[in-house]
Amino acid sequence: MTDSMKITNIHDVVVLFAGDSGDGMQLAGNIFSTVSATAGNSISTFPDYPADIRAPQGSLTGVSGFQVHIGAEQVYTPGDKCDVLVAMNAAALKVDYPHAKPDATIIIDTDSFQAADLKKADFKTADYLGEMGIDPDRVIACRLTQMVKDALADSGMDNKAVMKCRNMFALGLVCWLFDRDLSIAFNYLKEKFAKKPEIAEANIKVVQAGYDYGHNTHSSANNVHRIESKHKVPGRYMDITGNKATAYGLIAAAEKAGLKLYLGSYPITPATDILHELSKHKSLGVTTVQCEDEIAGCASAVGASFAGAMAVTSTSGPGICLKSEAMNLAVIMELPLVVIDVQRGGPATGLPTKSEQTDLLQVLFGRNGESPMPVIAATSPTDCFDAAYSACKMALEHMTPVVLMTDAYIANGSGAFRLPELDKYPAIKPPYVPEKLKGSWTPYQRNADGVRYWAVPGREGFEHILGGLEKDDKTGAISTNPENHDLMTRLRQQKIDNIQVPDLEVLGDKDDAELLIVGFGGTYGHLHAAMDELRAEGRKVALAHFKYISPLPKNTADVLTKYNKVVVAEQNMGQFAAYLRMKIDGFVPHQFNEVKGQPFVVEELKEAFRNILA
Amino acid sequence: MEYKNTDFKKGQPRWCPGCGDHFFLASLHKALAEIGIAPNDTAVISGIGCSSRLPHYMATYGMNTIHGRAAAIATGCKVANPQLEVWQVSGDGDGLAIGGNHFIHANRRNININIILLNNRIYGLTKGQYSPTSPRGFVSKSSPYGTVEDPFRPAELCFGARGHFFARAVATDAAGTVEVLKAAQRHKGTAVCEILQNCVIFNNGTHDSVYTKEGRAKNAIYVEHGKPLIFGENNEFGLIQEGFGLKVVRLGENGITEKDILVHDAHCQDNTLQLKLAMMEGPDFPIALGVIRDVEAPTYDDSVTAQIEEVKNKKPYHSFAELLETNDIWTIE
Repeated sequence: MTDSMKITNIHDVVVLFAGDSGDGMQLAGNIFSTVSATAGNSISTFPDYPADIRAPQGSLTGVSGFQVHIGAEQVYTPGDKCDVLVAMNAAALKVDYPHAKPDATIIIDTDSFQAADLKKADFKTADYLGEMGIDPDRVIACRLTQMVKDALADSGMDNKAVMKCRNMFALGLVCWLFDRDLSIAFNYLKEKFAKKPEIAEANIKVVQAGYDYGHNTHSSANNVHRIESKHKVPGRYMDITGNKATAYGLIAAAEKAGLKLYLGSYPITPATDILHELSKHKSLGVTTVQCEDEIAGCASAVGASFAGAMAVTSTSGPGICLKSEAMNLAVIMELPLVVIDVQRGGPATGLPTKSEQTDLLQVLFGRNGESPMPVIAATSPTDCFDAAYSACKMALEHMTPVVLMTDAYIANGSGAFRLPELDKYPAIKPPYVPEKLKGSWTPYQRNADGVRYWAVPGREGFEHILGGLEKDDKTGAISTNPENHDLMTRLRQQKIDNIQVPDLEVLGDKDDAELLIVGFGGTYGHLHAAMDELRAEGRKVALAHFKYISPLPKNTADVLTKYNKVVVAEQNMGQFAAYLRMKIDGFVPHQFNEVKGQPFVVEELKEAFRNILA
Repeated sequence: MEYKNTDFKKGQPRWCPGCGDHFFLASLHKALAEIGIAPNDTAVISGIGCSSRLPHYMATYGMNTIHGRAAAIATGCKVANPQLEVWQVSGDGDGLAIGGNHFIHANRRNININIILLNNRIYGLTKGQYSPTSPRGFVSKSSPYGTVEDPFRPAELCFGARGHFFARAVATDAAGTVEVLKAAQRHKGTAVCEILQNCVIFNNGTHDSVYTKEGRAKNAIYVEHGKPLIFGENNEFGLIQEGFGLKVVRLGENGITEKDILVHDAHCQDNTLQLKLAMMEGPDFPIALGVIRDVEAPTYDDSVTAQIEEVKNKKPYHSFAELLETNDIWTIE
C-alpha cells in the first residue's frame, strides 16, 4: 500500500459480482466472502443464478450474480442494493445496474462491451453508460480480458482456459478496493485446485494482477475502503450455507441420538446440495440413496425409519407434492421422519432457482385425512443447523414426521457460523419400548406424552405389523370401528399438540411498540433489518418472528393480541396470516405480501410499515 | 434354532374362500420355517391390494403400507438395516402398475430383497378392473368391450431392468412354491418370484392350465439348473434350441434322445435363453416353473456398506466434531 493511498473505514458494504453464467461469478463471490469472513467481518450472501445451466452466452437471461454484504457488525441480509457492481459483460450491466445504489462504484470489462455484446444485451447505441444514465466518474472501466490474457501470456494455457480466469481479475480488483488480505484467497485457490496446481497458479497470478491493477491506477476510484470488524461472540467460526448447515444439523442429531443417518432423496433445485453434502460424509456412516423419484425418496426413508435409522428425505415444493402420501404413511404409522422442504417459486415447476414461502399451507394441510405434523421454519443460513437438529429431536422423541422448511434464499445464502459444541446440545432420547413390556406390548401403546413406543426390528418378542390402514388403539389390529378412528385421530393430534416449543420472543420495542411485525422462516434477516432501521428513525416497532409453526408457541395468541397494530409480512399471498387467523380468534392483522421470487427489500418493508403506522 | 410353520403364523386371513393367497401364505410360513431366520430378524413389507394384506398374518416385523411403494420402502428398510431379511409382497397392480417404477429400479440396483409378485391378472380389492398383466382384449368392469392394450410380462420387465433372479410357481403347488421361496432367499440380490394365483371372484380360471397337479403335468415344465429341459406326463417332451428360438420335441422321435435336449442354465449371465423359457406359454409351449434365472452380482446394500467402510478408512474424520475441523475456520478473540 503506497503512502498516497487514502483508506477510509466504513461500516458495511454490499458487493455484487455479475456476469455470464459461465463466468465463475459464484466462485469469485464465494472467495471474497471467505476472505472477508476470515478477516472477522460479518457476512451475508445471496447467489442469484439462472435456471438454465447455460443460457446463450452474453444474453440477458444468462446473467448470474453473487451478492455479498459484509459488515463490521452483524449484518442480517445480503443488502437491498449494492455499493459495488462488478459487471463482466454488457448483459450483466443491463440486468444488475438497477440493483446498484445511486452512488455505487461500477467495475466493467470494456472488452465485453463490443458491438455484438451490446446488441445481445439490447443496448441501442455504443454509449451504454449514457443509455443507462450511469455517471462515468463512478465507473472503473478496464480492458479486463486483455489484462488477463497478458498476465497469462507465458502460461502456455489455451484461450478457453485463460478466459476462465477473468473472474479472478475481478476478485483481485475488489480485494484491492476493500484492502483484503490476498493470502487467504490464495490459500482457498490452492486448496480448491489441489489436484491441478497449474490452474491454481494461473488463478493466483490473475488475482494478483487484478489487485495490482487497482493499486497502480487507484486514481480512477475514489477510495480504498476498510471494514474493521467489531465482533461479537468470541469463538471459532466458519462460513456456511443454509443447505450445508442443514446437512450438518442432521449429522449432529443422528450422532447425538446414536443412530445411523439415512437420506432418501431425488435431485431437485434448490435442495440438491443437502444430498451432495451428506453423500460426502460416508466416513461418519451417513447413508444416502439417490432414489428413482421423489416418492421413493420419502418411501425409502419411511422404510429406513421402521428399520431404526434417523431417516430424512430432502426436496423442494414439487417434491413435497409427490411425497405427501408417504409422509402421511409416517403419520399413521407414527414413525420418526424429517422431511426437508427447501422452498422455491411455484406453482408446478415455477421458478426453480428463486425463493418463496409459498409451501406453508401445503406442508401444514396438503395431505388427505387429518394429518397433523410439526413444522419448523429455519430463519437464516446458520439457523438451519439448529432447526435441523430440533427437527430430528422432535421426530425421534415424538415418533412423528416433522417438516423442516427452509427456502432457496437461506439455503444458498451463507453466514458466519460459530462452531457448535455438540455436548452442549440437548440429548435425543427416542421412546424405545422398555424390555419389561415384552409379552404385553401392543404397537400403539403410548408413553406419558402420548407417544407410541418404538420397537426396532431385530428385537425379539416385539414383532409387529404397522401400516397405512387405521389400527385399533389397544390391539394394533386393523380397525374400521368409528369410535376407535375418532380416538386415534385425536390421539395423533394430541401427540403433536403436546410438543413443547420455545416461547415466541419479541424483539425491539417489545413493551410499547405501536406496530408488531410478524414473520416466519427465512425472512428473519430482512424483517430484523427493517425493524432496526425503523427504530433508528424513532418509530416504535417490534418483531415477533416464528420458527416453530406447528405446534405454535404457547404464548402466540398473548403476544399477537397485545399490540394495537400487527403486520404479517411473508413471501406468499398470506398463508401464515391465514393460519394465524385460524388459530387466534378475532385476529385480523395487516398483511405485507410479495411473491417475486426475490428476497424482501428492506426499503420496501420500511415504507410499507411506515404507512401502516401512519 | 429350529422353527415351525406356526412360529411365523398370526391371525386369521380375511381373503375370500378359495383365494390363491391362502395357499401362498401357507407355503410362505413353511418356507420361512425351513429357512430358519428368526421372526424378529424378518420384515415382510407390502403395498395395498388383496395380497398386500399378507403381513398381517405374519408373526414377523412388517408393514402393510401404501399403494405401489412397497419396493421403495423395502429398499430403505434393507439399506438402513442390512441384517434384516426383507420380503416384499405385492400384487400385479401394486407391483407393476402404480409400483412399476420402484419394481424396475429395485431390480436394477439389485438390492438384497425378495419380491413376491402375486399375479392374478386382475384388481381384486377394487372389485374387478383389468391389471397391467391382463391379456389384450380382457373384459372387466373398466373394460366392458375388452382392453386395447398389451400386458406386461413380469419376467420380461425383470430382465429388462437387469434383474438377476426370476422364479415362478403356482400358488396351489406348495412344494414348488416353497422351493422357489427358499431359492429366492438364498440368492443375494433382488429375487423376483412370480406366483400364479387365482382370483375366484373376479378372474376365476386365469391360470387354469397349470392350477392343478394334473394340469401342471401336462402344461408346465419344472426347470432346474443343470438338468435337461424335459416335461410331459411321461417325460416324453423336451426343449431344444432352434434358430433364434426354442422348440418342443418328442423324445425318441426323429432320433432325438435326452442328450439332444437343452440343459437349463440358471446361472448363465446372458439372459437370452432364460427369457425364452420365461416367455413360453400354451398351447404350443409349457409354462416354465421353478428358478429360471439365478445369477450372482454385487448387491446394492453390500456395496453401500462396503463403500462406507472404505471411506471410513480413507477419510480422517469420524465424528461431527472432527467433520467441523475440515472447514476453513477463523477465531474471534
